[in-house]
Amino acid sequence: MSGWKKIKLGMFSGMKVTLVTMLRTWAFNLTGGRRGLRSTVNYPVVKETPVPRARGVIALDQENCTVCMLCARSCPDWCIYIEGHKEEKPPSKPGGRPRARATLDRFDIDYALCMYCGICVEVCPFDALFWTPEYEYSEYGVGAMMHDMDRLADWMDTVPAGLGEK
Amino acid sequence: MIMTGLTFWAELGIKLAVAAAAVPAIGIAIGYGEMKLSAHMQSRVGPYFAGGRYGWAQLIADGVKFIQKEDIIPEEADRPVFKWAPALVLLGTMALLVVIPLHPSRNGMVRDLNVGVFYALAVSSISAVGVLMAGWSSANKYSMIGGLRAAGQLIAYELPLVLATVGVVIQAGTMSMQGIVAAQINQGWPFALTQMIGLAIFMIAALAELTRIPFDMPIAESELVMGYVTEYSGFRFLFFFLAEFANMFSMSAIAVTLFLGGYGLWGINPDSLLSPVILFAKVGVLIFLMIWLRWTLPRLREDQLQTLAWKWLIPIAVVNIIATAILKVVF
Repeated sequence: MSGWKKIKLGMFSGMKVTLVTMLRTWAFNLTGGRRGLRSTVNYPVVKETPVPRARGVIALDQENCTVCMLCARSCPDWCIYIEGHKEEKPPSKPGGRPRARATLDRFDIDYALCMYCGICVEVCPFDALFWTPEYEYSEYGVGAMMHDMDRLADWMDTVPAGLGEK
Repeated sequence: MIMTGLTFWAELGIKLAVAAAAVPAIGIAIGYGEMKLSAHMQSRVGPYFAGGRYGWAQLIADGVKFIQKEDIIPEEADRPVFKWAPALVLLGTMALLVVIPLHPSRNGMVRDLNVGVFYALAVSSISAVGVLMAGWSSANKYSMIGGLRAAGQLIAYELPLVLATVGVVIQAGTMSMQGIVAAQINQGWPFALTQMIGLAIFMIAALAELTRIPFDMPIAESELVMGYVTEYSGFRFLFFFLAEFANMFSMSAIAVTLFLGGYGLWGINPDSLLSPVILFAKVGVLIFLMIWLRWTLPRLREDQLQTLAWKWLIPIAVVNIIATAILKVVF
């Protein structure tokens, strides 16, 4: 019997919730958003501004990368592809040993595989990887989700101020 | 022989065309209303792009999509039964429209039968046969269970549905739908005042007849895929879809006619052309109630469903009939 009583009482409180939600949504639509309950954003028409620390896409600062491979090795999805080579630089002092500098040839992130865990950003010892809140990079083909190092470097412009400072 | 001067066949043709156009029109209107209202109840936007504004063309686009789709018939299916089941379900729905009075004039309804209430309740059970045919012929265990559940449910709730209307018939002294509306207009108040219990039982039983939540065990998505419509696709699926929405309309219209005064409203001459508008407004309120319940309540269990019908609704309805009959004789 108590089960039926619960159903009866719960029924009315549930119906109140749906009715009030509907009326508040209508109030929002009728007052142009000044009152009431905001429903989901009409995405392509209205764009949502993500919070600065939103995990949208990962940007690469090419200057800082030392091809240490820590990010590629820590990536759980193995979606980071890195290739590099050593270049000989002239010695800093006359008569010294020539310096070796690691140069980046390829730095690709396959966003079709990426699960946005952020371990690569955390593990990078030289501040070469940054989160940016940009989220509009869907593609028609899965192959186009592979972002090369130039595209990743372009995302650097979208890193929020204060988060990407060198 | 006919007031408008049309021959019998011309009048029949016009009425058939109106009824055939009414079912998809009602389906589109209620379907759109349900999509929009359910969205707002869940703090969503609902249909938005189709048709340019407010997504008004969403249901038309859906209909076109269903017509394009392949009409798949399972290899093991009982083909003729499988093919005719949706037509039978829709037929029962369309036959219900015959006895819905929109206006007191002779052409205000398709046919004013002197057994109107009896006819309405009889043809509303035709769709139960169609549902059972669909469940049986699909050669699918989910369809089979869904069809049997539907049969058990429709039989269980046909009784309170019929018993709930008996009180109104006793009070009005007629089974004709026009006669029942006229009785309410003449006495100045709807039967809902004296038959409140009857109205409540009728609406609960109507919800169960429509197999809508909280009584949607026959199509319970989470248990039975889609119940008896699992194997249907394309246009035949659309038939079930339209039948549900058109049935919502006709069940609400019958409830309005029997309990809420039909097209009558205080201070408005029932002969005016406002009558159909009043009827549609009242039907709209009941349909809103159905949609509201649909998007609030969870599904009952199968045993709770049968308990509700056999242990509660039917005894209460019988007591209601006895009380009405005694009071009718006394006063």
